[in-house]
Amino acid sequence: MDDFFLGCSLFLGGLVMLSLYRGIFGPTVLDRMIGVNAIGTKTTVLLIFIGLLYHRLEMFVDIALAYALLNFIAVLAAARYLQKRKGLYERTY
Amino acid sequence: MKKDAAPQPKLELPHYQEGKKSGSVYGATFILMMGVWILLSGKFDPFHLALGVLSSALVSYFSADLLFSGPLTGRTIRTFFGFLGYLPWLLYQILLSALHVLYLSFHPRMMELIDPQVLRFRSRLKSDLAQVTFANSITLTPGTITIYVNFHRDFSVHAIDRFSGEGLPGEMERRIARAFGEE
Amino acid sequence: MVIDLIVIFCLAVGLIFFAGGTLGLLRFPDFYSRLHPAGKLDTMGSFLILLGSAIHQLFPLTLSTVLSGLKLMLIVVFVFLASPTATHAIVDAGFRAGLEPWKKGDPRR
Repeated sequence: MDDFFLGCSLFLGGLVMLSLYRGIFGPTVLDRMIGVNAIGTKTTVLLIFIGLLYHRLEMFVDIALAYALLNFIAVLAAARYLQKRKGLYERTY
Repeated sequence: MKKDAAPQPKLELPHYQEGKKSGSVYGATFILMMGVWILLSGKFDPFHLALGVLSSALVSYFSADLLFSGPLTGRTIRTFFGFLGYLPWLLYQILLSALHVLYLSFHPRMMELIDPQVLRFRSRLKSDLAQVTFANSITLTPGTITIYVNFHRDFSVHAIDRFSGEGLPGEMERRIARAFGEE
Repeated sequence: MVIDLIVIFCLAVGLIFFAGGTLGLLRFPDFYSRLHPAGKLDTMGSFLILLGSAIHQLFPLTLSTVLSGLKLMLIVVFVFLASPTATHAIVDAGFRAGLEPWKKGDPRR
């Protein structure tokens, strides 16, 4: 079962790399924010997998919960900050 | 933002009942906070339980009116159970439309299938809580996102294709109205 | 043994949802349509994966494992509350900045 969890974690890590493309090259600022939000969701699940692999789930569950909270607050703060800006839709690379 | 020639109904501002904190509101907040404390700490010795009672009492004293806007009545409890009965249907609906978006996302000729459009309609849900539940349910079902809701209950929804948006407001609004006792 | 099969099924379907979400994030033409797979297929995927791991770690049924399972369910409830709010915050930022949704026939953005 541990090998299966390891495979799942590696697959999820690959998906994080793919989402990072949108985070770096996304044409607008909001695309980057979507990419970062997707990475945050995947990281929450990845922390649960790490806990299952190390047989210390009761510790990593707390870390994952805190990470989910932080990710949510970060996205809300960034969205509220950026919506006052003009020129949000211009390509920024 | 919206060109609307129809006469608008009289503006009903939401009324916030400030300063009306009854004992039931404090009790319900305290029980909720204590449950979360026990779940997160996982320790049952008297010291940690006493700390939990102390901090839950402080939090419920300062911010009881943030969770419940009015005193708890039989209507609140009925709404709670109606909402619990609404959840399984919502989960089933989320699963169905998630499979639809998954199909779109893996399809090789995706660019020809999708047809994004903005739908506008007026809801008949009255209470704030019901409108928030409706907006969040629309956003949770993949394929539709609520863009804004205003005081006249005008919903503006972005749908990814014709199939995702054709069911709105329809059955979801009916079920929410039944769950919140607005039939 | 049956429980292992259920867990593997949950995790595999959840990973398929995650893969679809990431692929849609890369392929869809503008940011309004990118939000559809990114914000919500991820929610569905994390629901299934957390459910699977909650079932898996419940095997020796003690107080500690029950608490961990309940915490996993708490994460699921939080994700289901937070994901629409975050999605709406991003959409609202784009809409107030005056970004027009992509129509059929427009170039990719």
